[in-house]
Amino acid sequence: MASETQNTAHAAADAAQGAAHTAQKAGMPQLDFSSYPNQIFWLVVALVAIYWLLTRIALPRIEAVLADRQGTIAGDIAAAEDFKRKAEEAEAAYEKALAEARAQAQKIAGETKAEIQKDLDAAIAKADAEIAARSAESEARIAEIRDGALAAVDQVAKDTAGEIVAALGGNSDASAVNAAVEQRLKG
Amino acid sequence: MATLEQEMRSELTFHPMDQFIVKPLFGDGPVHWYTPTNATLWMAIAVLAIFFMLVIGTRGRAVVPSRAQSIAELSYGFIHKMVEDVAGKDALKFFPYIFTVFLFIVFSNFLGLLPRGFTTTSHIAVTGLLAIAVFVAVTVIGFVKNGAGFLSLFWVASAPLALRPILAIIEIISYFVRPVSHSIRLAGNMMAGHAVMKVFAAFAPLILFSGVGIAVTPLSILAITAMYGLEVLVAFIQAYVFTILTCVYLRDALHPAH
Repeated sequence: MASETQNTAHAAADAAQGAAHTAQKAGMPQLDFSSYPNQIFWLVVALVAIYWLLTRIALPRIEAVLADRQGTIAGDIAAAEDFKRKAEEAEAAYEKALAEARAQAQKIAGETKAEIQKDLDAAIAKADAEIAARSAESEARIAEIRDGALAAVDQVAKDTAGEIVAALGGNSDASAVNAAVEQRLKG
Repeated sequence: MATLEQEMRSELTFHPMDQFIVKPLFGDGPVHWYTPTNATLWMAIAVLAIFFMLVIGTRGRAVVPSRAQSIAELSYGFIHKMVEDVAGKDALKFFPYIFTVFLFIVFSNFLGLLPRGFTTTSHIAVTGLLAIAVFVAVTVIGFVKNGAGFLSLFWVASAPLALRPILAIIEIISYFVRPVSHSIRLAGNMMAGHAVMKVFAAFAPLILFSGVGIAVTPLSILAITAMYGLEVLVAFIQAYVFTILTCVYLRDALHPAH
């Protein structure tokens, strides 16, 4: 009897539960509170899993990669700047060497020019002196030749005058003729 | 005729909310707290997807990243910058949890868009727990960091003295409403979009039963397509909104002065 009542009560409770279940099914599943513990439990599991994945593996790895990249980029930029500075230094050195070479060349050219000028001047002076010596010599010879010619003319005139006197039948006195010619030549 | 009508009635059934029912994966028993359900399955898929994106994707550790690694770095940078910009530099130690929440929501939202998928974030139980966790954490952090000074959040010093008590009441109410709006915004958006799509989907086979279907079927298919596009947008935006609000609340906890 007692067990029978219990059974009936049990059945009634079951029926009520079933009815409640259908009623809930008809409404929004979101408001079916019987599923809440399940969802909350599995949500916590999922969140813990994601959090564990992130903090243990993913985030340290991504942070390391990002830091690595930052370092690489910074290093590359520094290296590039270093190279640029070196290039500028090399350029400056090249410019300096070029200027020095240019100055050296100018100096050498000036020196050479001065040397050549000196040689030239010496040669010109030497040539001038030689020319002067030659012309003096030539003048001396010309004077000699002129004197020679004058003497010859004198002689020829005396001889010719003596011959002419003789030819005219006169007594040719050599000294008188000579004196007369000399006198005429002077006069 | 009668049989056709009967068939129509039996075929054109509207159960837009059935997609949200939490049911056991195996068998048909009751849902205990430990029962593996469809919610369990889709949360596990989300965790797996996150694992693939952030762990498998970055296994190359390349200085010049692969495509998968770029996506992982992009998501990291996106939330990292958000936390830093919105909540401040001292909030960065909470970044792993905020990133966890963002990833869970964004993956759940998108996985829920797969046909036959289950949207775990459409349930108030899930979003409610996420929001309450943020609310409790922010409140605890606020009091630990600032002591009683945290209460200055409710005392608007810039307002006239007479107005301050009234503003304080409003501020306190708005503070306690935060977890409600925070959670219902996300769950409501996800649920509404999916339900509307399901309603349109129920109209789609009308052409099989009625002449009106010639007009209704293409329209409903078009509507499903448009809704889907909108839902793709909403899936991301809601994850973004939930995360940025978390950052805003965190900023209030760290720097309560207005």
